[in-house]
Amino acid sequence: MNPIVTAVIVLAVLGAVCGLALAIASKVFAVPVDEKAEKIRECLPGANCGACGFSGCDGYAAALSKGETTNTALCNPGGNEASKAIAEITGLAAEDVKPMAAVVLCQGNNINASRKLEYQGVQSCKMASQLFGGPKDCIYGCVGMGDCVNVCQYEAIQLCDGVARINPALCKACKMCVNTCPKGIIKLMPLNETKAAVLCNNHDKGNLTMKECKAGCIGCMKCVKVCEFDAVKVENFCAVVDYEKCVGCGKCHEACPKGAIDLITLHA
Amino acid sequence: MKALAMIFMTAILTENFILCKFLGICPFLGVSKKLNTAVGMSVAVIFVMGIATAVTYPINTGLLVKYNLEYLQTIVFILVIAALVQFVEIILKKFIPSLYQALGIYLPLITTNCAVLGVVLLNIDNGYGFAQSMINSIGAGVGFMVAMIMFAGVRERLEGCNIPKALNGLPITLIAASLVSVSFQGFTGVVEGIFG
Repeated sequence: MNPIVTAVIVLAVLGAVCGLALAIASKVFAVPVDEKAEKIRECLPGANCGACGFSGCDGYAAALSKGETTNTALCNPGGNEASKAIAEITGLAAEDVKPMAAVVLCQGNNINASRKLEYQGVQSCKMASQLFGGPKDCIYGCVGMGDCVNVCQYEAIQLCDGVARINPALCKACKMCVNTCPKGIIKLMPLNETKAAVLCNNHDKGNLTMKECKAGCIGCMKCVKVCEFDAVKVENFCAVVDYEKCVGCGKCHEACPKGAIDLITLHA
Repeated sequence: MKALAMIFMTAILTENFILCKFLGICPFLGVSKKLNTAVGMSVAVIFVMGIATAVTYPINTGLLVKYNLEYLQTIVFILVIAALVQFVEIILKKFIPSLYQALGIYLPLITTNCAVLGVVLLNIDNGYGFAQSMINSIGAGVGFMVAMIMFAGVRERLEGCNIPKALNGLPITLIAASLVSVSFQGFTGVVEGIFG
């Protein structure tokens, strides 16, 4: 037989056998794919940040399609758009995503906060805070090595003078920085609302705080006395504002002798 | 037994697929940035090299050699290996989802990898029997893994280095790869020394 014909026949037969085997296998061993979950997954931003409380976007989509959760508003980065899109696919009622942004509650920059040591190790907040609680005298405040800057997928965080600052216009409230910060001083606040924010987390007694940072809350209670809405409390020598009650009148801000309470309006 | 051990060690050290034969450079540079992806890729390569040899050997002896069609080896093997990897992927997805999750993204990358095709063709060139071919393939896969893991370590160290701007990125990676390759030339004769 002509060698070309043999070659063509052999290859054609082999190809047909392989193709048939694959076709049969893909039918016989087909794994049912949840189409609803895939559609939902396409609506989500794909940041895999975990703000929803599930293991990334795939986890949230699977939970929604299986009915494990009926809340369409868990995706902060996706916002209202994602919530509406999910509601359309699943037939659930769309819930409003309250727009939030993260804020670093610390003013302990290089001017305000004094230092107890010069840290020369690995430039990481987590590592630095293992050593006597960080290079600054205050062990509650921003370490200033930028772990949050590194973890932010939206480049919304910058270090200014040794303290992290977050740009609310870029922040998607994904909570990556909130979970990364070893001091736990990054919190989410509502966007476009004026609220009083205590920019300090120092739980030392007033006289100690004064030595550690010029802008630290000394727990003097002046803000508590002046607030008409019962929104400010002092716990462990540090003021705490209840954002539900706070109307943003600014009286605590005026009363604070250390400038530790600020009126903040986050603009997206 | 000694001959098989010799083939195995030779495939890992002196005839290392990446560093001495320069096959499979694409995954070597592409997937060696992190240690765990390098390990995942290597395990997938060992697996595919093993099953590819197990399937192509009978096809070669039973079909191609019998009908004097050796010149079709390359194209037939590409076809068979590609189909086989797809088939294995389907099976894994159905029956061992956890293994599929671990190897899944690497399997399609390997379908047409030259290292896999290379080991199959070299087995025939060397005139190996079935057992020898299998040992050589597994050894080649393990050698691939050794090179990948070593180079992943090198690259992780490179990340922390102050590299001149002109060399940053791929250039320094290629220089590092060539240095690792040169160091592997030092294994020449080691296997004969151990087993000879």
